[in-house]
Amino acid sequence: MKFADFVCPDAIIPELQSTDRDAVIEELVAAIARAGAIPKTRQKLLAAAVIERENEASTGMGKGIAVPHAKHKAVKKMVAAIGLSSKGIDFSSLDKQPVYSVVLLLSPADAADRHLQAMEKIFRHLNQEKFRKFLRQCQTAEEVRELLKEADEDPSLMQ
Amino acid sequence: MNVGRNPSIGVLRLQAEKDSLKQPVCQADLQIKNADGLHMRPAMQFVDVANRFDCDITVSNEQNRITVDGKSIMEMSMLAATCGTTLKVTATGPDAAEAIEALRELVEERMFNEPPPKKKK
Repeated sequence: MKFADFVCPDAIIPELQSTDRDAVIEELVAAIARAGAIPKTRQKLLAAAVIERENEASTGMGKGIAVPHAKHKAVKKMVAAIGLSSKGIDFSSLDKQPVYSVVLLLSPADAADRHLQAMEKIFRHLNQEKFRKFLRQCQTAEEVRELLKEADEDPSLMQ
Repeated sequence: MNVGRNPSIGVLRLQAEKDSLKQPVCQADLQIKNADGLHMRPAMQFVDVANRFDCDITVSNEQNRITVDGKSIMEMSMLAATCGTTLKVTATGPDAAEAIEALRELVEERMFNEPPPKKKK
């Protein structure tokens, strides 16, 4: 699977306005709704689902990244948003460190396999120190889109 | 703990014990049986169990030819192990057999405390 298959190009926020976890989740879900990938009427419901999932166990995996997500029947097609924060966000991460890069993933309720494939793609790259560094250094949404495009074209490039 | 229940584990354990100079190696094929597959919460449970043991633990998904560290949640998230996938789990170290048995119990018996797929109508 490629980033292009699920990352919404219009839901990339190079500098998140919010600084706390729940507000960041709401900001990213709102960006997906604004881009038209989920109905605006379901925006609050879906943000609440992601926050509820986050409360069960943090998706702050360490190394400055978090991957909040939810599977929900209000989602018709899997979609992800990406947000960067230069200040850092407290995600109650495993390593207790702030999060600088957030990939938020919304999946339909009945698409477990595609959800796993998207996670595989996300972590294959986030596991690479170089990729994490490049992502954090992006100043504009366009730079993030370029980075994802490079990773899609040559997945070994970042390794 | 009765590792003899699974014949393949018992045999490997005997082989390992014969050669006391080498670290014991224990291996098992574990099938993912819960409907949602090895998503993040199950992967965290796996990593939690794996970290209770001193041995090194690697996990391979031969479908996408990837081998990862069974004690790292970031790496385990790369397995994309859907329901029905068989993972090859290899433990190397003094408590290898106990680790494999604990992981087998988590993956195949308890199925990460998640439901199996619904039967097709």
